[in-house]
Amino acid sequence: MSRERLLNGALLLALILIPGWALYADEPFTITLATRAVIFALAAVGLNIALGLGGLVSLGHAVFFGIGGYAMGILASHAQSYTPLIEWPFVIEGTKSMPVIWLVAIVASSCAALLIGLLSLRTSGVYFIMITLAFGQMMYFFAISWPAYGGEDGLSIYVRNGFPGLNTLVPIQFYGLCLALLCLVLAFNARLMRSPFGLALDAARQVPERVRAVGLDPRRLQLVALVISGAITGLAGALFADLNRFVSPTMLSWQMSGEIMVFVIIGGVARLFGPVAGAGIYVLLEHLLGGVSEYWQIFLGLVLLMVVLFGKGGVVGMIAGRRRDG
Amino acid sequence: MSPILLAEQVLNGLQSGVMLFLMAAGLTLIFGVMGLINLAHGSLYMIGAFAAAAVAGATGSFALALVAALAAAAAAGALIELLVIRRLYARDHLDQVLATFALILILSEGTRWLFGSFPLYLNMPAGLSGTVTLPGGIVYPVYRLALIAVGIAVALGLWWLNARTRLGIRIRAGENDREMIAALGVDISKLYTLVFAIGAALAGLAGALVGAIQSVQVGMGEPVLILAFVVIVIGGIGSIKGALIGALLVGLTDTLGGVLLPELFKLFTDPATAAATGSAFASMAIYVLMAGVLIWRPTGLFGART
Repeated sequence: MSRERLLNGALLLALILIPGWALYADEPFTITLATRAVIFALAAVGLNIALGLGGLVSLGHAVFFGIGGYAMGILASHAQSYTPLIEWPFVIEGTKSMPVIWLVAIVASSCAALLIGLLSLRTSGVYFIMITLAFGQMMYFFAISWPAYGGEDGLSIYVRNGFPGLNTLVPIQFYGLCLALLCLVLAFNARLMRSPFGLALDAARQVPERVRAVGLDPRRLQLVALVISGAITGLAGALFADLNRFVSPTMLSWQMSGEIMVFVIIGGVARLFGPVAGAGIYVLLEHLLGGVSEYWQIFLGLVLLMVVLFGKGGVVGMIAGRRRDG
Repeated sequence: MSPILLAEQVLNGLQSGVMLFLMAAGLTLIFGVMGLINLAHGSLYMIGAFAAAAVAGATGSFALALVAALAAAAAAGALIELLVIRRLYARDHLDQVLATFALILILSEGTRWLFGSFPLYLNMPAGLSGTVTLPGGIVYPVYRLALIAVGIAVALGLWWLNARTRLGIRIRAGENDREMIAALGVDISKLYTLVFAIGAALAGLAGALVGAIQSVQVGMGEPVLILAFVVIVIGGIGSIKGALIGALLVGLTDTLGGVLLPELFKLFTDPATAAATGSAFASMAIYVLMAGVLIWRPTGLFGART
């Protein structure tokens, strides 16, 4: 068993044990923190598919996170005010059902990823970074100036949405739901990395010429990766909005894109559990340093700077060594 | 809409365009010479604005404030180049993005720690605070005209620097072949620090100048930074001419879109809805422009390298 597998197992075990510890130590707030970490991890797993596997440095993943959030906010706000979403050509009602909201979030964010991908993948390198950042800012300003769904103030939901058979208002049950989704997506991600598509994508990142020579189109592979990546981050956005029962343009801001990228980098790019480790460390730092100083982001910046300059491979890389395929 | 109002909006668009040019010129110069994407450029803009506001508050002199802004931004630029940025030239773009993102966190929170969260105000110089009547009866603030003039002067100065001076020759040589000019005996690391400081000073100047018409606060730099990215995506990375054309296009589109689109929507719906819908779509106008340029020319109007 490799060190990376041991580490992954340990991380998973920790995530499963946290609620038990929280109940035993009577610190229920820990469960909310852990839920936050799990949702951030899910968003970062999404980005990791584009960034780690596809080599696409997207600084616009807040778009998908925010679209997921607004999918939840818009559907639930219509459901709680008993007004239909649209009346023509046919009536669409809002909903408080999580599975439906997730489906809408995934479809909407994949469509956005497809559109952004079609435009931004015409370029590469530094252009791609700036363009994804710019499209993110476009959605942000659109959300601020579009008054129908709260504009700058955002949208509040009174009661968390429901999942059949669970009481999602109980923190531990909502945590379990989020963790189950994270595990499902991680399992999917592990299979994806070994699938023919994953291998082709990995190759397209490393030597696009050879991929082209065997008759595959690297751009198309990257586009599919971006859509999958956007869909997962969108799902995370819907969960994050449900956790806070609130969605606002902040979820679409460029800082959010930067943070999702930070989760991936601190944890380890292209490592299966890198985003999980990264999101966990981020939430822990935020909680611990946030209590020490109002200006805790200075320390976050320093940690990030050190990881980038001196610690190649993030936390997973430092503990488990370099990836075998380099 | 009256032609006078339209002319005023065109001037506003030019003014925001030339200020964007100051940011975009530094970014594109740094990318062209060092191949570096610098997210912290917006922080240098903020540093310029804060230095100007602090010095103007202490001395009451706008000229001293501008000098302070240039000096502070150039010094901060040279310092972060020496400490952090020069370790990034050989790295990939992902590392550059992350390290400069970390710099944003450090510089923004550091500024908040020094100056607090409340915005500062920078008064424009008394001599430039009035309005002037232009031919055709357009009443326009003198200060904004002065900003346009400064922008044009900087554009001419950069052209002169690039085309007529020894430093300009070295910069262009550095863009083409850094190994060769290092072999010819030019101290390349000094050149890089200098280019970075020049770019930083331009950003600081823009921050100080714009600081007198907006409030000076933490986080003021990043929206401008992202607009400057849009500018150089449109103009082509590495091209100063592209940065100028792109900046004017973006400035005009943004300003005129904000005025014209609500008017356009008024033709179809009631005024209140038109104002809201129009301004929502106006906020997207420059990105639609960017998307259009990308479809037409993926490397921008004047870009050659990818």
